[in-house]
Amino acid sequence: MADGEDVFDEMHGFGEGVRAPYAGYNGWFDKTTPSALLKKSRDAQTFFRRTGITFNVYGKSEADERLIPFDLVPRIIGASEWALLVRGIEQRVKAINAFLYDIYHRQEIVRAGRLPEHLIRENDAFLPKMIGFDPPGGIYTHIVGIDLVRTGPNEFFVLEDNARTPSGVSYMLENRETMLKMFPELFAQMSVQRVSGYPMALRRSLERSAPAQASGRPTVAILTPGIHNSAYFEHAFLADQMGVELVEGHDLRVVDGRVAMRTTQGYETIDVLYRRVDDEYLDPLNFRSESMLGVAGIFDVYRAGGITIANAPGTGIADDKAIYSYMPDIVEFYTGQAPLLKNVPTWRCAEKDSLSYVLEHLEELVVKEVHGSGGYGMLVGPAASKKEISAFRKKLQAKPSNYIAQPTLALSTVPVLTKSGLSPRHVDLRPFVLVSSDGVDVTPGGLTRVAMKKGSLVVNSSQGGGTKDTWVLKEG
Amino acid sequence: MLGRTASGLFWMARLLERAENTSRLVEAGFRMALTRTQPGEEEWRSVLVTAGCCDAYLARHDTITGDKVADFALRDRSNPSSVMSSLHAARENARMTRTALTREMWEAINDFWMAVRDALKRAPSETDLPEILTMIRQQGAQVRGATTGTMLRNDIYNFILLGIMFERADNTARILDTKYYVLLPSSASVGSSLDNVQWEMILRSASAERSFHWLNGGNITPRAIADFLIFDTRMPRSLAYCYDTITHQLDCLFRQYCQRLGTHDLAESLEASLTATTIERVFENGLHEFLSDFLRRNASLSAQIETDFRFAE
Amino acid sequence: MRLTVDHSSTYTYEHGVSYALQQVRKRPISLPSQSILSWDVSIEGAHWETSYTDHHGNLVDLIQLEPDVMSVSVSVKGEVETHDTSGVMGGHSQLVPLWLYQRPTELTMPAKGLRALAGKFSRSPSQDIGVLHELMVEIADKVAYRTNETDSRTTAEDALQQGQGVCQDHAHIFITVARLLGYPARYVSGYLMMTDRVDQDAGHAWAEAWVDGLGWTGFDVSNGISPDARYIQVATGLDYSDAAPIRGLVYGAGAENLVVSIQVQQ
Repeated sequence: MADGEDVFDEMHGFGEGVRAPYAGYNGWFDKTTPSALLKKSRDAQTFFRRTGITFNVYGKSEADERLIPFDLVPRIIGASEWALLVRGIEQRVKAINAFLYDIYHRQEIVRAGRLPEHLIRENDAFLPKMIGFDPPGGIYTHIVGIDLVRTGPNEFFVLEDNARTPSGVSYMLENRETMLKMFPELFAQMSVQRVSGYPMALRRSLERSAPAQASGRPTVAILTPGIHNSAYFEHAFLADQMGVELVEGHDLRVVDGRVAMRTTQGYETIDVLYRRVDDEYLDPLNFRSESMLGVAGIFDVYRAGGITIANAPGTGIADDKAIYSYMPDIVEFYTGQAPLLKNVPTWRCAEKDSLSYVLEHLEELVVKEVHGSGGYGMLVGPAASKKEISAFRKKLQAKPSNYIAQPTLALSTVPVLTKSGLSPRHVDLRPFVLVSSDGVDVTPGGLTRVAMKKGSLVVNSSQGGGTKDTWVLKEG
Repeated sequence: MLGRTASGLFWMARLLERAENTSRLVEAGFRMALTRTQPGEEEWRSVLVTAGCCDAYLARHDTITGDKVADFALRDRSNPSSVMSSLHAARENARMTRTALTREMWEAINDFWMAVRDALKRAPSETDLPEILTMIRQQGAQVRGATTGTMLRNDIYNFILLGIMFERADNTARILDTKYYVLLPSSASVGSSLDNVQWEMILRSASAERSFHWLNGGNITPRAIADFLIFDTRMPRSLAYCYDTITHQLDCLFRQYCQRLGTHDLAESLEASLTATTIERVFENGLHEFLSDFLRRNASLSAQIETDFRFAE
Repeated sequence: MRLTVDHSSTYTYEHGVSYALQQVRKRPISLPSQSILSWDVSIEGAHWETSYTDHHGNLVDLIQLEPDVMSVSVSVKGEVETHDTSGVMGGHSQLVPLWLYQRPTELTMPAKGLRALAGKFSRSPSQDIGVLHELMVEIADKVAYRTNETDSRTTAEDALQQGQGVCQDHAHIFITVARLLGYPARYVSGYLMMTDRVDQDAGHAWAEAWVDGLGWTGFDVSNGISPDARYIQVATGLDYSDAAPIRGLVYGAGAENLVVSIQVQQ
């Protein structure tokens, strides 16, 4: 896709000059020299490498701990734009929780004919063992990341809901720390909302969700698959910032009907476990028996009310890409209101008419695997070669139900710093949402992912995308 | 604290200490080679024996030469106690216990690993080697600085210090044991240049040559060397100093956890056996016997700590 | 009919157990076909961890074996008033959607033999009971009741190919074929009072299929009948592993030996 007047640039709009949220930044930028900024940019990379903010690429050795490129031009969102987003996100997240409760109870939405039964029935993310269980506080997704893209001043689309174990929050926090260190004067001039309260807010929110059996201040821990996991840095970072233990499966055991961690002084009970281990590896007694990452019996303790698992097992049914296309119906069914945030129009290749449309328009569409993530196994039609398209066509025809297709949206751009000055690049946005009995809390900021190649629409870090600090301005 | 965290800290510290000790052995080996016209195979063999990797080396190489030994001890990833292997494993343990470390400490370890990895990417030339070995010592000193300068004095610190001291005591005892025969009165043709070189090597391997000479005013005798490395609590690599620190750290853990364990009794009896004897008695009863007994008891105390503090289930 | 159950299972191990957790499904609930008058489960060599109701509505106890134990036993004593409902257990009270009972599992995976068997029948809304009854007879005919030829991990297809098996295998075959025919079907573990003897060496198992208009209806292939007042239902599930009286993991125990003694009488 060519960048031009038809693409919304968050700094310059459709070419009409600097937009209000960027006015302060623009004034500051005009007074700095590009070479000084480029030097700071290099400093930032060195800093990240030293502090070990890297991510592992699956299947690679330690030599492949990679840095995600960091761009030091902030992505700035005005207070009123943000307020609009927050209302939409709150509505969507409430609907997701109500949907999960319903799916694991009477499935009223299916009975009402608003959601086809086969989407649940044939879905691997549906976890029968969760049926009939009420998680503490009725909350399934304590931590949610909603992926959004923007096409105009007030045009936001939800690209994906992440209701399992959304990652990336450490980048939101570290990017801000880096920016504060590099540009203190800029923060003094502009009123940017804080994001640094996130770790304590997360801890409070998890503590609120403790099971009835907990006594005293609840003990929270984070469960990681270990140091070779791609998001290990984030797990350690969050545990550190929250002041809780970072545990692995083999640190934990069922003791006295609860789950407890082995300390130097004996076993200590855990009330709330923020797990960054997938459902199927969570418990070798109840799920995949060969799993070495989980805790035998944790699911029994969970069903007996002895521990809170966040997010609840089985939440993947809500962020499945096949379910995604029904999100507008889901929001309406459970909130009784029209959705505030739009979905990207989606063709479900499982449906015959949609499939033939998709096959005819492959070069215009983005086609994704229903269960895929990380930008693997997807086709970006406008950027693909003839050969890639025809290879993908075969895969699609072989298993249509495995795919959905969406139009290539004219994703908004935000400037990045290049050797020849500022240059626009496409971005998306993942705000981070906490859910507890206190309500829904959206941190003012988020993870902005940016395609570092000019014109590219792929922002995934595993595919060479970078990140930016995301600023939400205060009112007035 | 998680048992696994205690284990991670303990082993991180042991492995960092090991990396530094191994590089110091190589440094001493080269130093010897410089002072001799014919670098002896025996000297390099003793480097390998002290580093505990002689059999592994001979499984891979037919001859013992300085270059090959240096490469094996510094770079070879198939050698689990090479500097690279030790540092890599130390860093993995540090990553595992990341939340227990200060940022300064983690960065010092990460820097150490990255610097050594870059420096040893290719086999270093003989001219580059001294600089690299110096760098390893300096990076190790930075980690120690970050440890003492930034870490809270709690159980985290106690387990790190325990790791350092167990490894160090083991290393010093091995240095002495590998060369114990040159220290025996029977073989001491005092003043011969051969023995002077051997004694020098022992002191250098333990980073003790300057301090020894400073304290002893040039009076080099085997007995004085052994006394210094075993009993002198002013010497931070001596067995007595290590055990002084070990019992102190265990006392701190006892106070913090209000729990007295088998570990405490074992440690005290080991320390007592160091304070209750003298160098004369050690030589009377056999230096080698003393050192092997020490090495065995040191290892079993280390294992007892792993059990008592629930390093693993 | 008032039935008493006295059941003990003793597992002995080659080595001392280093770590073991077991899910125990040995507590029946009151149903139209049965009222639980008294029921007591006791364990030796292990301790209770927790208990809960699983998604099928079964009461589950999680137990942990004592470290280094060489043997563990679970004993059940109970008294139940049963009613003959001609095998009809009635409506579906769980939240589990009926379609879940049409899902194949590892033990009930359809393969060649099972598909061929299913090919001989077809679902007929007016004659559901007749069709299922014929299926029961056909299975009993093809697969002889014989102990010690199969074990708890034998699949439906393997048992069918072998032509022999126990009640568990009969139930698995029935369930698989019923599902192929379009009936939701489930596995039931429980007790049966036998008229010719008091002492038994294994618990019993049978199958239930969902028949529109009637609800869950039981079929005991091994005995060629639908359950009556001599049956006590203890647990249900998609297959044996879902409804097993005891299942779990045992580390460091080596070979395991099981001795069972069951007495069911009036």
